[in-house]
Amino acid sequence: MRRASVTYCCIKTGHTTRDPNALTSNPLLDATGVAKNYGAVAALRNASLSVLPGEVHALMGANGAGKSTLVKILTGAIRADAGRILIRGEVSDVRSPAAARRAGLLPVYQEPALIPDLNVLSNLRLTGTPVEPFRAWVRELGIPNLDIRETARDIPLAVLRVLDLARALAVEPDVLLLDEMTAALPANLAEKVLEVVRRQGDSGRSVIFISHRFVEISALCDRATVLRDGATVGVVDIEPGIEEKIVEMMLGARIEKTSVAAARMANETPAAKDSHPRLSVRNLQLGTKLHDVSFDLANGEVAGVVALEGQGQDELFAALAGSIRPAGGTIAVDGAPVKFSHPSDAIRAGIAYVPGDRTEALAMQRSVRENIALPFSAAPRKWGPIKARRERMVVSSAIGRLQIDTRAQGEVQRLSGGNQQKVTIARWIAADARTILCFDPTRGIDVGTKQEIYKLLRELAGLGKSVLFYTSELEEVQRVCDRVIVIFGGRVVDTFPVELADEPALMRAAYGLPRGAREDVGILADVRPASDTEAAP
Amino acid sequence: MTNSATLPQPAPFGRRLKRFMADRPIIPLIILLVILVMILQILRPGIVNERWIANTAKFAIPLAILAGCQTMTMLTGGIDLSVGTVATMSAFIMATQIVNQDPAVACVLAMLPALLIGLVNGIGVGVFRVHPLIMTLGTSLIGTGFLQVYQRTVIASGARIPDFLNWLGTGLTYGFPNALFLFVPVAVLIVFTLNRTGFGRLLYAVGDNEHAARLSGVRYWQVVTALYVISSLLAGITGLLYIGLIKAPSLSLAEPLVLPSVAAAVIGGTSIFGGRGGYMGTIIGALILTVLTTLLTILHMPEGGRRILFGFIVLFVTAAYLRIIEDR
Repeated sequence: MRRASVTYCCIKTGHTTRDPNALTSNPLLDATGVAKNYGAVAALRNASLSVLPGEVHALMGANGAGKSTLVKILTGAIRADAGRILIRGEVSDVRSPAAARRAGLLPVYQEPALIPDLNVLSNLRLTGTPVEPFRAWVRELGIPNLDIRETARDIPLAVLRVLDLARALAVEPDVLLLDEMTAALPANLAEKVLEVVRRQGDSGRSVIFISHRFVEISALCDRATVLRDGATVGVVDIEPGIEEKIVEMMLGARIEKTSVAAARMANETPAAKDSHPRLSVRNLQLGTKLHDVSFDLANGEVAGVVALEGQGQDELFAALAGSIRPAGGTIAVDGAPVKFSHPSDAIRAGIAYVPGDRTEALAMQRSVRENIALPFSAAPRKWGPIKARRERMVVSSAIGRLQIDTRAQGEVQRLSGGNQQKVTIARWIAADARTILCFDPTRGIDVGTKQEIYKLLRELAGLGKSVLFYTSELEEVQRVCDRVIVIFGGRVVDTFPVELADEPALMRAAYGLPRGAREDVGILADVRPASDTEAAP
Repeated sequence: MTNSATLPQPAPFGRRLKRFMADRPIIPLIILLVILVMILQILRPGIVNERWIANTAKFAIPLAILAGCQTMTMLTGGIDLSVGTVATMSAFIMATQIVNQDPAVACVLAMLPALLIGLVNGIGVGVFRVHPLIMTLGTSLIGTGFLQVYQRTVIASGARIPDFLNWLGTGLTYGFPNALFLFVPVAVLIVFTLNRTGFGRLLYAVGDNEHAARLSGVRYWQVVTALYVISSLLAGITGLLYIGLIKAPSLSLAEPLVLPSVAAAVIGGTSIFGGRGGYMGTIIGALILTVLTTLLTILHMPEGGRRILFGFIVLFVTAAYLRIIEDR
């Protein structure tokens, strides 16, 4: 049944032959109108995804667009509130992961799924995976000498991910779902994985491929479905230059808003910068996550960090906060090199860390006052009697500064999320930290509180303090930052002054694409370049 | 002791009462204590008199101090099972060394193992991250072993209880037990430390959210090492007091107090998971356990039945109490 044919939807380099039957037949998997609510929040409103036999299909969307919710629904991990899922033309409600598996749909998630305390063989038995095909796939994927009696715990992460993939391939699924498959892999293994995925498509099976790397997507995928705010906004064929269009689709109508914000923010509270950098980071390295990060943070500056999830920003902040020790590179504070072995070292150097997850930073059963004053008693020489009057003064001035609603006296856990987040910041205002590392401080809090936090960060900069601000919401960059550092794959790939940091530019950079020609046009360039990836940066 | 008079009276009485008790968790404990004393008085009219109160206090005090060790360690999510061994060691060493040594020297020698065990506990838990239950159980066994070896070396010299410990353990001043001269300052110090010092605050913070404490610059090992040393020293002092009360040094002198000291802290409202509790509740908890013991003793039950009943009552009281104070 092999016959050469050219179809409109897959003119691609790299693909030579494919099953023609596949491309003319009905979709293997067809989901339409899928919706899912978590309480009042709609994670998915109207998502659809149609995968043809024999295609490698990319699923794309910015952070929070609903990719992972859709994946969980397709693989039976959670159930949709509405929508129809057809597998091979038949209505199917993938009720559980096992049901999805029986229907021929198999996911490989980012987190390794082998049970750590069992050896590889026992793990295979657990899922009823045939051993010989598994071994063949493992060899195929570039690991020639795997001992299947080795305990999973002792196997390095990269290899575990490959084993997960081999385990999925061994049961010959019709639809293989790969979530950021190449993320933790070294280049040689990633190469092999991509090769196998491509062959999978050529042999008539389908792959749903989730990745932040455009390079891989354009080399591998036939089509892409783009999600935005819980709905499918388009399905495109992958062809040269399509990246621009995809970025545009992921951003949608938000492009217009930002230029206005930029014009407004630029005039507010100009930063009191001076020439000596407060913090300078050079060639920072850490395991597989940070490869080479260098930047300066000036006094009186708010520097934004923009990155897709898992590009090394967590590790960067942890290293600067003294939580983990970097493997290489230097950090200098006010020009003097420092080595942090504990957060208290960083705090002594005036660097405070506000984690994205409030529950990480707060003693929930203690009072607002105790939480704010916690750093005061950290050092053993401060273990003595508390100077109550002074403490009350400092704390209440910080509470006033952030307008924390303390009507719910007593435990912090009785406060609203926004007020809790304010407490985590107020702690360092009270402690008068000179540099604050804010990791996505506005995640999951109300709009009003967000505005207050933006204002506060600008005020801090106005007082000569410096702020490093990671955000997963690109529009915040224009509101808060003076400068933006973009990290991709553990490296700083670009740095923008805020005037040039509109959302499309940031999104492109965050996906590792080179800067387009539009920067020449200036900040209000609202032109939509058709395809300018080839333009020189 | 008419505490019921302070309760609010208005219409939605049940809920108001519950809210009131949730905000002042010590009130239901005191009520329970009063009820137990009343039951005792009904079962054996006339038993509750000045002498009985002094006697109860004398036996409750060592338990309350050891329960203070548990309270502080439990606030950080830990526990100190070595307090029994430490108290026994200090008591036994004191009783045997006083024979040939100056009292001051004997005191120092008696407190030495306490310091050492506390240090080892603290370093084990704080630096090597051994679970406190295992760590303190281990040092407790090791301490007992050393004590047995030590006993052989002093078997000839005999033992005696120094006068000042006799005075402290069993003496009365104007009807008040002298042990109060030790206990009141210790209790005030513990309460003050927990509520008004940086160290006390760190105990709560570490037990509530260790990660948050770390991000605030708190070094866990420092807090924990200091904590277990303090706990052990308190246990050592308790041993000295206890030998003055019991007057018969043995190798398992204070061992029977260990689990009741945990129970007293739990009954007193300190969470075994850390971050919640206080010493005032613990003191009442220790009193409740002591009165309960008396109550069961006068029931003329066989020892086995008494223990079964004791266990059931402790379980019931703890469950009921947690339900009262945690329903918010």
